[in-house]
Amino acid sequence: MENKVIYTEQLTKCFGDFVAVDHISFEVGRGEIFGFLGANGAGKTTAMRMLCGLSRPTSGKGRVAGFDITSQAEKVKRHIGYMSQKFSLYEDLKVGENLRLFGGIYGMGRKELALKSEEMLRGLGFWEERDTLVKALPLGWKQKLAFSVSIFHEPDVVFLDEPTGGVDPVTRRQFWELIYRAADRGITVFVTTHYMDEAEYCDRVSMMVDGKIEALDTPQNLRARFRAASMDEVFRQLARKATRDDN
Amino acid sequence: MKQFKSFVIKEFCQIFRDKRTLLILLAMPLILVFLLGYAIKTEINDARIAVFDPSKDVETQRIKERFQASEYFTLAGELVEAGQINDVFKYGDIDMVLVFSGNFAEELLHGGEAAVQLIADATDPNQAAMLTGYASGVLADCQAELLEQYGVPFQIGTEIRMLYNPQSESAYNFVPGVMGLVLMLICAMMTSVAIVREKETGTMEVLLASPMKPVHIILSKMAPYFTLSVANIVTILLLAVFVMGVPVRGSLFWLAVASVLFIFVALALGLLISTLVSKQMAALLISGIGLMMPTLVFSGLIFPIESMPDALRWISNLIPARWYISAVRKIMIEGVGVQCYLEELGIIALMALVLMAAAWKNFKVRLA
Repeated sequence: MENKVIYTEQLTKCFGDFVAVDHISFEVGRGEIFGFLGANGAGKTTAMRMLCGLSRPTSGKGRVAGFDITSQAEKVKRHIGYMSQKFSLYEDLKVGENLRLFGGIYGMGRKELALKSEEMLRGLGFWEERDTLVKALPLGWKQKLAFSVSIFHEPDVVFLDEPTGGVDPVTRRQFWELIYRAADRGITVFVTTHYMDEAEYCDRVSMMVDGKIEALDTPQNLRARFRAASMDEVFRQLARKATRDDN
Repeated sequence: MKQFKSFVIKEFCQIFRDKRTLLILLAMPLILVFLLGYAIKTEINDARIAVFDPSKDVETQRIKERFQASEYFTLAGELVEAGQINDVFKYGDIDMVLVFSGNFAEELLHGGEAAVQLIADATDPNQAAMLTGYASGVLADCQAELLEQYGVPFQIGTEIRMLYNPQSESAYNFVPGVMGLVLMLICAMMTSVAIVREKETGTMEVLLASPMKPVHIILSKMAPYFTLSVANIVTILLLAVFVMGVPVRGSLFWLAVASVLFIFVALALGLLISTLVSKQMAALLISGIGLMMPTLVFSGLIFPIESMPDALRWISNLIPARWYISAVRKIMIEGVGVQCYLEELGIIALMALVLMAAAWKNFKVRLA
């Protein structure tokens, strides 16, 4: 209906006296790759959890995929994919069994499931591994697989919480190719990351400091505005203002 | 429904994949049954005895005083008619009944021989054997006193009757205990660990961000352990009946009702624990120390509750397994009617309700 897949207005989350997310407002368009950056404890994960319907906002509004995140959380969940910071597939299940589980959770029929699984696994070059236990796969493969599972049901938005932690640069590069492919298909990608080189890959980037969004623009514009050679420098200039601990 | 089904399939998949745990879960009841088949030593303090004394003479009075003076026994009441004997046992507040013959003093002093009958509740055979042993000792003392007083060897004949478990087979006693212990272990411990594992690995977040309803996640987590524990109860019962020769005297239906209620209690405890901790090890420790230990100690499986100090006895009332085991004993071994264990069933049901509500509330709070 609209091109704004994510929309928030003064979104806030408090835990007691502590304001984890402080009146943030932003929009993300369809098919956009949106980088959500900030130091540890800046409130990224809390904000993301609210957008996924995992946590109720204290105040403010938010809409994801056209549904209100407070009153229509169940509908939001049907239209999003989520890949958590920790590895999010079942290690003691086979690759195929994981697909069957998540397909079932999103209500796929048996035929559709078989078709899509084969297409996806062949696309990744994992077809031979369909009967391998996930824990036997190398970390990079697991993460690619986890990402593919999180967009298995063709969601409007996929939320990635530091998806590339602990992976070597080559695999990270490959991972980002998967992200580009998903965005080309019209899936909006909302990603948090620690790696500032990855920020350069995003269409737009927001920088969170102490629960507030301090900057939001394309990587190019941000570099120009802060007269910085890299996103890393932009980040360091902004993060210097932070008063919160790294925890 | 499709969600629920694929999730339950996944749970079974995970359980069957972990062969070692599965083996432990299925073999443990067998091992427990055989291990506990050996008698475990128990001690008696202040056992409550009732007296049926139709004779009411000097000699019966002397014997009663002897019992009262003994540190092992407390006279808890006099019965008016023989028909009351069964009733006092059914309600479980009397451990032994002392029955004198009709003309006790006359038979003893003129006939030279009189009879006392000791009737004990042998559903706990260790305790019953010990009680009758001590009681025979008290009677022998009385006999020696009579010999000193009159210089004539009067005979007090003792006849021992074990109610409910005439062969004093101790297998009878621990089968209900093993059932309680196994259910607690599988339902509470395994459920809590399984849920916490999802939290620890981060898959819980993914599930909660999916359209799967939290209540479905919980229910499908419980389903396999429910199945597993039913299988274990059946195994234990078969083993008890066909190998140990323990009878199931009462109604199988009520046995099933009690077991299902108790399974709910255990599942709720497991869920409650899983909402309180975030590491599998913590869940294991809490359910191990917080649930298994008290179950083992307070269930009457090893130590008779009768010989515990008042404070501990009071605490034992809070242990769900104590009520379950008591109900199963009454159903299986005593074979009494449902009115005799309604109290136990009611308490277990109440515990199930309260714990389920608390666990669910806590689970919801964690989500917000």
